[in-house]
Amino acid sequence: MWRYLVPLAIFLVIGGFFFAGLDRNPNYVPSPLVGKPAPVFSLPSVTDPDSVVSSETLRGRVSLVNVWGTWCVECRHEHGFLVELARAGMPIYGLNVKDDRAAAIEWLATLGNPYASSGFDPEGKAAIDWGVTGAPETFLIGSDGTILHKHISPLTPRVWERDFLPLLRENCGPTDCPFLAAVGGP
Amino acid sequence: MIPEFGQLALALALCLALVQATVPLFGAARGRADWMALARPAAAGQFVFVAIAFGALEYALLTDDFSVSFVASHSNSALPDFYKATAAWGGHEGSMLLWITVLAVWTMAVAAGSRSQPQEFASRVLGVLGIVSAGIIAFALLTSNPFTRLIPAPADGNDLNPLLQDPGMIIHPPTLYLGYVGVAVPFAFAVAALLTGRLDKDWARWTRPWTIVAWMFLTAGITLGSWWAYYELGWGGWWFWDPVENSSFMPWLMTTALLHSLAVTERRGIFKSWTVLLAIAAFSLSLFGTFLTRSPVMISVHAFAADPTRGLFILGLLGLFSGGALALYAARARNFEAEGGFKLVSREAFLLANNLLLVIAAGVVLVGTLAPLFVDVLGFGTISVGPPYFNLMFLVPVLPLVVLLGMGMHVAWRSMPGDALLRRLRWPAAAAVVVGIAAPLIFFGTASVLTVLAISIALWVCASSLLDPVRRLVFRTGAPLTRGQVGMYLAHFGVGVFMLGATVASAYKVELDVSARPGDTVTAGGYEFVFKDVRKLEGPNFVADEGEFELRDAGTLVAVLTPQIRTYQVQREPMTEAAIDTNVVRDVFVALGEPLGDNAWSLRLQVKPLIGFLWLGSGLMVLGGLFAITDRRYRAAVRQTQQAAAQPATGTA
Repeated sequence: MWRYLVPLAIFLVIGGFFFAGLDRNPNYVPSPLVGKPAPVFSLPSVTDPDSVVSSETLRGRVSLVNVWGTWCVECRHEHGFLVELARAGMPIYGLNVKDDRAAAIEWLATLGNPYASSGFDPEGKAAIDWGVTGAPETFLIGSDGTILHKHISPLTPRVWERDFLPLLRENCGPTDCPFLAAVGGP
Repeated sequence: MIPEFGQLALALALCLALVQATVPLFGAARGRADWMALARPAAAGQFVFVAIAFGALEYALLTDDFSVSFVASHSNSALPDFYKATAAWGGHEGSMLLWITVLAVWTMAVAAGSRSQPQEFASRVLGVLGIVSAGIIAFALLTSNPFTRLIPAPADGNDLNPLLQDPGMIIHPPTLYLGYVGVAVPFAFAVAALLTGRLDKDWARWTRPWTIVAWMFLTAGITLGSWWAYYELGWGGWWFWDPVENSSFMPWLMTTALLHSLAVTERRGIFKSWTVLLAIAAFSLSLFGTFLTRSPVMISVHAFAADPTRGLFILGLLGLFSGGALALYAARARNFEAEGGFKLVSREAFLLANNLLLVIAAGVVLVGTLAPLFVDVLGFGTISVGPPYFNLMFLVPVLPLVVLLGMGMHVAWRSMPGDALLRRLRWPAAAAVVVGIAAPLIFFGTASVLTVLAISIALWVCASSLLDPVRRLVFRTGAPLTRGQVGMYLAHFGVGVFMLGATVASAYKVELDVSARPGDTVTAGGYEFVFKDVRKLEGPNFVADEGEFELRDAGTLVAVLTPQIRTYQVQREPMTEAAIDTNVVRDVFVALGEPLGDNAWSLRLQVKPLIGFLWLGSGLMVLGGLFAITDRRYRAAVRQTQQAAAQPATGTA
């Protein structure tokens, strides 16, 4: 009586598709900015109001721009990994959005500061130019100032290996990324 | 400490669920009454510990314990207490705990309600429910623990998604979950029947009331969700064919098919293996809904934090529950023999058609929902399947389904002469067609062929459902109606009312997007909207712009409408609170949009005729279910149970 096996067969086919679909990335929203030069911006630093973080700061080497805020719970989840990357030598710039300066400084003091410097954007104006829809978001910027990749949601080692490392290997010139060996490890 | 107690209670509940999942099933296989007798105490203990865990989460939410990650992510100290409590199901981890709690409630109800059934059967049912419960609790503890701490604790929480800060959201998820999870009960009955190898009319009589109750909650839950989307999302739509909406609608279609198939099995002892298959399919689709919202497979406005580990775990559970049940089905279903036959014009034949068409309808929704996944996995790129596909394809099985429904109610079991059926139904049919053509032309002036067809079919079901009740109540002829029959007529009348509302509201809605300044008057759908003013307003955790509109009909004031656009302080997302003036025949809907500068605002004005019939029709379906489960034959079973419970010593002998 083979017909009683038909429902099981249908179920297995659908289940197979689900299994194959598990690796899909639901956060993959092709950003119109990818492949274009990073927006021009100039912001005071969070920790030192007199110094400035700007488009010029990013030029000349491959870097990450990470959007964060103390109000963002998910940012907490990725913070440890950012600190690890920074320790391995990866240059990370912060874009602190809609935040309170004192709270932001306190956050960096307690949880560690992975950022070479963080731009302070209390009204979220620069964030709008960057097409930021929420936090955390992380951009990979090429040494010529082009946005190579945009990731929405916390940056995890898995995401790093899957989406960022291949792009880094592809886009790093012989001298651009002295940190590549350190951040490429497991 | 309280969250740790909650976690401990959940772990203990898992242990008891494992006992409930194994010992009674082995006992039933070996014929050991003492092992089987463990099912009920294990279920009761599990219920107690699950309730403690749920209470612990509520405690953490109400006391603003932001050291608990879930609380920090989904609540805020400024949130009204009401929404703090309901934030428990505003995120993935808490909603899994709600799922578990609801299953524990159902298990307790089954444990209490199955005392008149043979011990071997009842302990198998509880054992299967134990397997389901153990799987889901393990999932929660291992991948989505609601009690995980966050150190250092943030000063305040991230707040509940503003969309969920709404009274509709307080009852929609628990109601829907009662339905979703309730489908596990007919599933457990079906698997128990496969294990026992016996499936008779008694089995169908035990299973049917549970199925109807789960179906009532599903119906109510889906309707509440649709109602919530209608007034909260601010777009004025009520169904979007979103993957998550679909994943609650597919179990509904399957459960509807199941309760009709159960009617045949209960009455005639046929359709047995088909009924079992439907029960398995309904629960599989309900689990599939859980999978869909918690894995990266689908993108949806409803989706919880997607995580491949969680997706893999749920997929494993789906494989264990559904795959296991279907394998058992393949091995055992042939043992269920039909106890009789039927002719082409008979209640059985119509219910068979009902089942096939409902399953096709569910298939249409399934294909539309999964097509993007299939196409992507097969490497053909990304596609999206939208309302045009669903709106059209769904009608293909549903229009004939509803036409046949009007006839099926009046067909006798076994066989009936075709001309007797036609004689009985020709007047309601003729009346429905005449009114279906005339009414839209009189009230709205225009009508497309599809609109006339759909309205006629809806009126046909209404008329056909009223035939017997009117005969009985007005003309005092025919046999008295049982509660089961009253339930059937009410629910089917509700189907007609719903369809009428859906058709008229879609075909004759008036929608206008305009920009206007205070002082302007806009005319839409025969009404004048006088834009008086916009003012600032402060709520407990939001600030709002509130517009004031006078709704006038030929100069006479009908209502003052005050739509708001809210900005919640923590999440800073603008939220539309539409203002709706409702009466029996139409809704007038005003939503305030963006400020356009220079004191101008974008407005969305809508007039929706008969949209209230959607909620009314669904309400009638639920009421019909209520009548059906209070039918005498089920009440007799309850009395039997109570007697058995009163004399436990002799009851099990």
